[in-house]
Parts: sequence; structure tokens; C-alpha cells
Amino acid sequence: MAGSHSQRRRGTSDGSRAVAPLLIGVVPFGLVFGIVAAGSTIGPWLGGSTSVIMFAGAAQLATLQLIDAGVAGAVVIATALVINARHVMYSAALAPHFQEFPAIARFTLPYVLTDQAFAVSIVRYGDVTDPVYKQWYFTGAALTLWIVWQISTVVGIVLGAQVPASWSLDFAIPLVFLVLLVPAIKSRPELIAALIGGGIAVAAAGAPYGLGLMIGAVSGVAAGVIAQRVMR
Amino acid sequence: MTNAAIILTIGVGTYLLRLSFIGILGNRPMPDWAMVPLRFVAPAVLAALVAPAVLLREGSIDLSPVTNPRALAALIALLIAWKTKNVAAVIVAGMAVVWLLQALL
Repeated sequence: MAGSHSQRRRGTSDGSRAVAPLLIGVVPFGLVFGIVAAGSTIGPWLGGSTSVIMFAGAAQLATLQLIDAGVAGAVVIATALVINARHVMYSAALAPHFQEFPAIARFTLPYVLTDQAFAVSIVRYGDVTDPVYKQWYFTGAALTLWIVWQISTVVGIVLGAQVPASWSLDFAIPLVFLVLLVPAIKSRPELIAALIGGGIAVAAAGAPYGLGLMIGAVSGVAAGVIAQRVMR
Repeated sequence: MTNAAIILTIGVGTYLLRLSFIGILGNRPMPDWAMVPLRFVAPAVLAALVAPAVLLREGSIDLSPVTNPRALAALIALLIAWKTKNVAAVIVAGMAVVWLLQALL
């Protein structure tokens, strides 16, 4: 195909450049995760391996937090997958574009699908039509995020080994979630989902098997759905 | 269940969630009954992660800056997150408030 090589190069560099400003948020998040992994009961390297195996920051933090709290394995898995359920939404939105890619890309690229890679790609896909460009735009964006996430995790693990517990660095975990929470509240039903989710999670904190988080999350989602119906 | 098995299961499950429409369900539009709840997963889950971590101390609600400096620090961090959306600024400010309260009170 004429020009497909240049489309590939241009796509990769455009995608990579599009996520550059978002790295300001990714790097400190990765550092915090690495520091948490360094202090985790499962050890820094198994904890840190989640950056490769899951590549999903919020779920990685929650997984280590729940394992450290002694929560049952099935509940840890269910909670992490609920946190990652939003990727189904991204997958549905990207699917019409990805259908034009070779099969190998359709099955490998979802591994590096993240909030940030989705956000920049779906915006760009509104302006371009060339499937080669689209494929490499996503690849450039997603791989840049992947590499930066792995490096931040390792640096965080190395730093974390030197940080004493009296520094309360575990408090950085809810702070990171807070930064993610604020932009997720775009309308009143989402605010209600957050208030109910948080409130019920506090009330259910003593629930057996560490189910408090799940109970809160499911209640919050239900409240959001109901609020949207009522307000429409 | 070993911790490695838990992590691997989540990894495979996360990949399948990401692959769902791209690789398996294909081009069909997502039905409303699935789309609407998914919109609320992020705010509900994130709030459920934050609220107990900052409001509870030893299992009960504690808003006192003396015994639980995290509640006040989180409130200040929330305001900064709302105004700036800057991850580093929120983490630095939140941690600074906790250290300050721990040192002063």
C-alpha cells in the first residue's frame, strides 16, 4: 500500500506526542504505586508485576490494598474486575475503528488499552480515516503510556524501599483515587453515584470477607442508574 | 488461592474486558442496559475506595484533625483536585497537610 509506511510513522509519533501532557498525571501515580508495592505484604516484585500483568493503576492499587487487608481471593478478583469494567465501554467505542485493523493488532492492542490511550485516540479518530494511521496512533499513545508506567513503577519500588512507615505514604493511595474521582463526576447522577458509593462503603466497612468496597460500589452504581431515570 | 493466582486471574479478566467488543462482540452497538450502569462504575468505585480510607479510623468515623488528620487533608486535597486536576499537586498538598497536622497536633 503506497504511503502506508509514512502513515505508520506519522501515526506513532502523533499518538506518542498526544499523551505527553498526560504523563504529568501518570508518573506520580506510577511512583505512588511502586512505593505501595515496596511496602506490600506480597513483596515489591510480585506487587510490581501487576504493572505488566494488569496495566491498570486503580485496580493494581486496590488489589494490593485488599490483599494486604487479608481479604478473600475471590473478593479481591471481583473488586478489581468491577474497577476495570469501564474498559468494556472503551472497547465498544473503539470496536468500529479497530475492525479495520489486522487481526494480530485487534488481539494485542486491547492489552494496552487504558483511560488515557482511549481518551486521546477516540478524539483523534473523529478527524482521520486512514486505518494504518489509526492503528499506529493508538499504538504510539498506548505504548508510550506502558513504558512510562513500567519505569515509574520500578523507580517507585526503589524509592519505596527507603521510605519509613512514619511518613504515612499509604495516604497517597486515597489521594490518587481522589484525583481520578473528581473528573469522573460530570453530572448530578454521577455525583449521586459517588456519594452513595462512598457512604455505603463507609457504613459497610466492617462487612465480612472484605465485601465493604463491593457493596459500596454496587450501591453507588444502582443509585446512579436510578437518579438518571428519575431526573430524565 | 495464592496471591500470584489472584493477580494472574485479574490480569486475564482485565484483558478480556478490554478485548470484549474489539475482539469478540465486534461492531454491534452496546445495549443501553449495559451502557448506563457502566457510566457510574468509575464514580461509585472510586468514592467507595476513598471514603473509608479517609473517614474511618479503627473502624469508626473520625473527623477530628487531631486523631485523624487524613479527613481534613483529604478535604483540602479534594478542593485542589477539583480546581487543578493536577495529580502531583494533589498528592504533595495532601501529604503536606497530613505531615503538618501530625507535627503540630
